Amino acid sequence: MLSLEDVRLGIGDFTLTLDAEVPEGQRVAVLGTSGSGKSTLLSLLAGFVVPDRGHVRWQGKDITGLPPAERPMSILFQDGNLFPHLTVAQNVGLALRTDLRLDDKESRRVAATLDRVGLGGMGGRRPADLSGGQQGRAALARLLLQDRPVALLDEPFAALDPALRNDMAGLLEALCREHGLTLFLATHDLRDAERLCDRVWLLQEGCVVLDRPVAGLREAVPEALSDWM
Amino acid sequence: MERTGAVLAALVALAVLGPLVAVAFAAEGPGRLGPADFAAIRFTLLQAALSALFSVLAAIPVARALARRRFAGRRLLVAVMGAPFILPVIVAVLGLLAIFGRAGWLNAAFEALGMGTVSIYGLGGIVLAHVFLNLPLAVRLLLQAWLSVPSERMRLAASLGFSDGDMRRHFERPILCAVLPGALTIIFLICATSFAVALILGGGPRATTVELAIYQAFRFDFDLGRAALLGLVQVLICLAAGLLALGLVRGGEMGFGLDRPARPWPGDGPVARGLDVLSIVGASVFLLLPLLAILLEGLAALPGLPSQVWEAALRSIVVALGSTALTVAMALPIALFAAGGRGRGGVEAVTALSISVSPLVVGTGLFLILFPIVDPVPLALPVTGLVNALVALPFILRALIPAARAAEAGQGRLADALGMTGWTRLRLAILPRLRRPLGFGAGLAAAFSMGDLGVIALFSSPGEATLPMEMYRLMGSYRTDDAEGAAVLLMLLALALFWAFDRGGRVDAVA
Amino acid sequence: MRHTILAAGLTTIAGAAFAQTPVLTVYTYDSFIPDWGPGPAIEAAFEETCGCDLQFVGAGDGAALLSRIRLEGARSGADVVLGLDTNLTAAAAATGLFAPHGIEAPGLTLPVSWDDPLFLPFDWGYFAFVHDTSLQDVPGSFEELAASDVSIVIQDPRSSTPGLGLLLWVQKAYGDRAGEIWEGLSDNIVTVTPGWSEAYGLFLDGEADMVLSYTTSPAYHLIAEEDPTKTAAPFAEGHYMQIEVAGVLAGTDQPELARAFLAFMLTEGFQSVIPTTNWMYPAALPAEALPEGFETLIQPGQALLYDAGEAAAVRDGAIETWQRALSR
Repeated sequence: MLSLEDVRLGIGDFTLTLDAEVPEGQRVAVLGTSGSGKSTLLSLLAGFVVPDRGHVRWQGKDITGLPPAERPMSILFQDGNLFPHLTVAQNVGLALRTDLRLDDKESRRVAATLDRVGLGGMGGRRPADLSGGQQGRAALARLLLQDRPVALLDEPFAALDPALRNDMAGLLEALCREHGLTLFLATHDLRDAERLCDRVWLLQEGCVVLDRPVAGLREAVPEALSDWM
Repeated sequence: MERTGAVLAALVALAVLGPLVAVAFAAEGPGRLGPADFAAIRFTLLQAALSALFSVLAAIPVARALARRRFAGRRLLVAVMGAPFILPVIVAVLGLLAIFGRAGWLNAAFEALGMGTVSIYGLGGIVLAHVFLNLPLAVRLLLQAWLSVPSERMRLAASLGFSDGDMRRHFERPILCAVLPGALTIIFLICATSFAVALILGGGPRATTVELAIYQAFRFDFDLGRAALLGLVQVLICLAAGLLALGLVRGGEMGFGLDRPARPWPGDGPVARGLDVLSIVGASVFLLLPLLAILLEGLAALPGLPSQVWEAALRSIVVALGSTALTVAMALPIALFAAGGRGRGGVEAVTALSISVSPLVVGTGLFLILFPIVDPVPLALPVTGLVNALVALPFILRALIPAARAAEAGQGRLADALGMTGWTRLRLAILPRLRRPLGFGAGLAAAFSMGDLGVIALFSSPGEATLPMEMYRLMGSYRTDDAEGAAVLLMLLALALFWAFDRGGRVDAVA
Repeated sequence: MRHTILAAGLTTIAGAAFAQTPVLTVYTYDSFIPDWGPGPAIEAAFEETCGCDLQFVGAGDGAALLSRIRLEGARSGADVVLGLDTNLTAAAAATGLFAPHGIEAPGLTLPVSWDDPLFLPFDWGYFAFVHDTSLQDVPGSFEELAASDVSIVIQDPRSSTPGLGLLLWVQKAYGDRAGEIWEGLSDNIVTVTPGWSEAYGLFLDGEADMVLSYTTSPAYHLIAEEDPTKTAAPFAEGHYMQIEVAGVLAGTDQPELARAFLAFMLTEGFQSVIPTTNWMYPAALPAEALPEGFETLIQPGQALLYDAGEAAAVRDGAIETWQRALSR
């Protein structure tokens, strides 16, 4: 269980307030327009910013002030996920050892994970030689290898064309199930939410104004979601 | 806009090389180089290489510390630390001597402690002065690169648990690979044409640079052929350095992001903090004490300066502003052209010519070109503005081209997709991303023009002296106190101009 | 300055009644022109009588002045060049750009005779090492200086007039032994600066015990700053002279006015301005007419000077000797 207890974070005029519980393995779509606080919410969960008030707990343990690297969270951004001067395998290997001194067993794990995301044999390439979709998969491979129970994805599909989007969403869903990941997916596309998630938060000006299961969403609250359909 | 850039780059090359050709044509016969000239070439290479190397090495920890620390007065410190670069050389040297000289604070302290004295004169002193003058530039170039690191990538590193060593390897090393060749080259070029530093601190004729040999050829021998030949040697040395640097720059770009480094910095710890404190304090003391000495010596004379000095100051401000406008007008199209396609990096090398050509040769050449057509005297200020703009151009391009490339790769594509063209595309998609390097470059150009003695000496007429020239006149008439006051005025004005433009460039930046 | 404008304005009004006011353009070195230099007072005095507009144009220092004239050649905009010295006059004469001045000058107060047909002197001085009166064991000759551990700062003969003057001073005094003297001096020399200003600045900041300047330099400190602590060291070998001169350009369109200016140059209106603005000895003013304070200056026993032709002939060899001795 991930609990957000009376969390409040102010940045300038903007204030994010949260009070919610998310069971392990649940997949939450965070919907909202730009500026509604989606990225700030993920930054807060990832530990890049510390709330002014309230607590974040994971399985009962307070993780509010924990540095990003010690949290049960891994994060992917829309882009900028890969280091251009490292190979794909090295980028993925960072999940295991940041100094990249991988032993044979670890190297095999990297290769296997690359296979799993459909990048088998591409470990030696540089990010610049990959397509946008392939870059996304490489970043996903690293996220899997980090082996942290909560995945934070900040609009990971925004730069992809519709076909690739479907592919990635399918892969991501399968991986979440395989690894039992708790997922926060920031997006402004309702279809991503429907494809991948089982719960929806609608953010407006830093507040969750709607919190309900994905199933039957369109029928239940058509007026609130009209912007996303 | 891009085509304009190509044409402008060609014009810059012409404006720089034209005078050299003019001098060569005015010569009565081909010039010849003697053994003393070759010794000068060797010495020039040695001191410029050492100066560039030490400036950049010292800049690495300072830039790193300034990139990852936030403290009260940081911005002010960054701005003030830039001052030595924009000081007229003679002022900077006098400031250094107040600290490191025979009667300086350092030796006074040593004496008080019963230790021996140190001498600043010789190769060591030349390198020290060049590091003093160019460390600020090296720091700024590196800091600029640090600030262009995408914040997503910083956050990723934080999330992955990067250590200090990992940060070096995955952030600093690529940054250095991308920035060092250019930074080394530009400082090498500045030091290769250095004249007064080498002569004042060199200690004697051993420390003869090519620029001094050119000066000598013009002034005492009036051997235009030899001057042109030496000028050409200087250009070739600098061109070789430029090409070498160009070969070293490859695929080192760090991408683009939110222009805002993440907090907290990954891998931070007590050791890193200690190193940063040491670097910032060390650099501040080294760069600011001489400025303080200048201030202390000159401040008292400031209110009583003759009215001619104030008039000259006003004139200098006007020239600096004109020169800055000209620099920006040239730099923007050239940067966009250079960023607009592969294999156009050479454009930057071409414009870098303008610091590799001896100001004496350019001044004399322009004079030879203009004199048969018009009376050069009324043109003194415009020509000074033009030459100052040319000199500032490589610096602003150095900051602008990488940013333009990033903007093209990012927003540029989007703009193309939206069918934006021409001015709209530039204004909406590209310029916002260039504001910071543009502000920095414009500030540099303004300050540079402010402090530069330039070619005006050759064209000067009584009513049109600039502030640096007025300062030299005061020094030349025993009025050392007033000259020190003028030096303070010059330093403050140059800093204020730089500060105004640089701040203007970051109005929307979040610190 | 206001006086100048007023005078210029009046002459303009007066002249306008008849014809356009003729303009006399005088190229000179930079430090001649500012408010605190000799230029403004001289301009005002000359314009009172000439019915012309006298314009000074600055062109760096003495050597830069000659370069400027050579660059402009026969089409030069200058009518008169003021501020060359005797080390430059041979080169200047060789350009063929100067015309004879045709002026008899019986009132010259130089310590040497003068018969140059192209150039007339307007001021002069002795080179000397200037020091603080607190300096102990002041050397009285180059040999004593070389043997002492007194530190000096000098100027480069390849870029500065005093630097060249020192070179010729040693050469004239020691001839073939010049190299030996320079080797002896090399450990006394703190540094070699590009020009007089930098060297003097270093000296005032305490970087050296002595600086190469003029015997008249202490007068500035005494008269302008009321500071009697600067003095010049008399050397037993005698002191080398610098004589600053002016000449008329052959290509001038105002030959009469130009010659009138040269004649005016040797009158009191010009000469009396020199001591406390240029801080040199005027070339045609009796010693009694010098301002108070000048009588405290040292009087060298012997004036040393190469004539223009000799100076040009020994220059290159002397520079080579200097360079070799100091490069060790």
